Amino acid sequence: MLELKNIKWSLPEGEEILKGIDITIPDGQLTVITGPNGGGKTSLAKLIAGIITPSEGRILLDGTDITDMGITERSKFGVGYAFQQPVRFKGITVRDLLELAAGEKISDEKACELLGKVGICGREYIDRSVDASLSGGESKRIEIATVLARSSSKISVFDEPEAGIDLWSFTCLIDTFKALKEEHGESLLIISHQERILEIADNIIVIADGKVDREGKREEILPTLLHGSESCSCPMGRNLEGGF
Amino acid sequence: MNEKTKEILRIVSEWNGGDFKGAFNIREDGQCAGRQSSENIRIESKKDAPGLEIYISGKARGETVYIPACVTHGDIDDLVYNDFFVEPGADVTVVAGCGVHTDDGHDARHNGIHRFFLGKGSHVLYKEKHIGTGTGKGLKRIDPVTDCELDDDAVLEMDTIQISGVDSTTRKTNAKLGARAKLIIHERLMTDGNETAKTEFNVEMNGEDSGVDLVSRSVAKGESYQDYHSVIKGNCRCTGHSECDAILVGNGRVNAAPELFAGDIDASLIHEAAIGKIAGEQIIKLKTLGLDDEEAEKKIIEGFLRG
Repeated sequence: MLELKNIKWSLPEGEEILKGIDITIPDGQLTVITGPNGGGKTSLAKLIAGIITPSEGRILLDGTDITDMGITERSKFGVGYAFQQPVRFKGITVRDLLELAAGEKISDEKACELLGKVGICGREYIDRSVDASLSGGESKRIEIATVLARSSSKISVFDEPEAGIDLWSFTCLIDTFKALKEEHGESLLIISHQERILEIADNIIVIADGKVDREGKREEILPTLLHGSESCSCPMGRNLEGGF
Repeated sequence: MNEKTKEILRIVSEWNGGDFKGAFNIREDGQCAGRQSSENIRIESKKDAPGLEIYISGKARGETVYIPACVTHGDIDDLVYNDFFVEPGADVTVVAGCGVHTDDGHDARHNGIHRFFLGKGSHVLYKEKHIGTGTGKGLKRIDPVTDCELDDDAVLEMDTIQISGVDSTTRKTNAKLGARAKLIIHERLMTDGNETAKTEFNVEMNGEDSGVDLVSRSVAKGESYQDYHSVIKGNCRCTGHSECDAILVGNGRVNAAPELFAGDIDASLIHEAAIGKIAGEQIIKLKTLGLDDEEAEKKIIEGFLRG
């Protein structure tokens, strides 16, 4: 179980982005964090991965305070993280990244299995460099595969996994998230605006203006997003991003 | 062969302790430490200078010829001239590693001047790995010169790498290409400490539809300095591409000066260059996979130099 207690974080220039977040991500469930752009979702994901550190508040994973752990230590402790903007490397291959993530050599079959989950043919991609020769969508899918390759994650965080991915691959991805949750009981935290991802969530947390706007079971929260909340005066009530 | 030569051969020449198969010549401290010709590859001593004449028959296909050079102690300034005459239709690999060792306080240097004459339609893969070993104040220097003439439809692939420990190197490569000839160069270089490395490429494309692809990847660490200068001249309808990427670590410095000359309206020449430190986001990504800073940097450099 991941617990964020009174998390605050400000930009170096002083602007407060997260204004006291209190949330709990339960074990074995899929929790989606959604909300308008600029509301602090990606900052929250980076805080969980240890890429940035909170100015106030504590982060607990399975009861252990991980607030002061660095990125490497958190990874080893069980935090997986897929970047919103995948990082490119000249010369490092898809196989290299998957093996680093898995912590061991992986067979061609295993590599194909992992890449197949994100809609990529392993044989075609396994020895390719993770560089600018890959499209944005290809890079994104490989980024997600590196998190799927980890065998020791207590929680896996995906920051907008749908961005840049074609419809067919996105369908694969949805199935993969469902399988991770239902068959393997993994705890998943996904930052997303995508309705189809929200539809498979167990829990939905809405972050707006650096605060938790609302949270609860999918059945409870999703209708308010699809039809616009009572407090929303925006005319684009049915648009997920505009509906907050 | 002395024990130091054996150590160097393991690193630079794919040698695993057994006999070299096929044609070879091992140069140790300026002397011949072993030679063998094969049915299709004949190795002879040059008559007018130190070095070899290597005659590769058009029947040689899939064969490898090894010509490693080892300097195993200081106070040696080894100069060697090796000429390769490659008949039309040949398809061979040349392994020309070089290691320089000194720990007796004196300088050690190897200067290999290689000339390639590739006949029509021949193909040569040239692999060259350089390393310096040993401690002390003696400088380790390797200064290779490679001159190539490619007849029509010939292909020369050069895969060169300098691993570490060479205090100074000046590498010069000159090539002239006939019609449809292709030159592919992949250079990888890493310097550290106070090492310096200078690379000069000069390629002239004189035959229609010839092409050159020149990729240089380098890492400059410590206080080291690298100087890169490439000149690609397209004198006819041809294609040329050069790519020079360098990573800086510590106080490493790199000067890159690519030069393109188009002497024909149909010459198509491209140059790409990038110099900079390792991107912070690359380190962060690998840390999210469980590597620490040092491991992440090492992995990024390994991949960069391999790719």
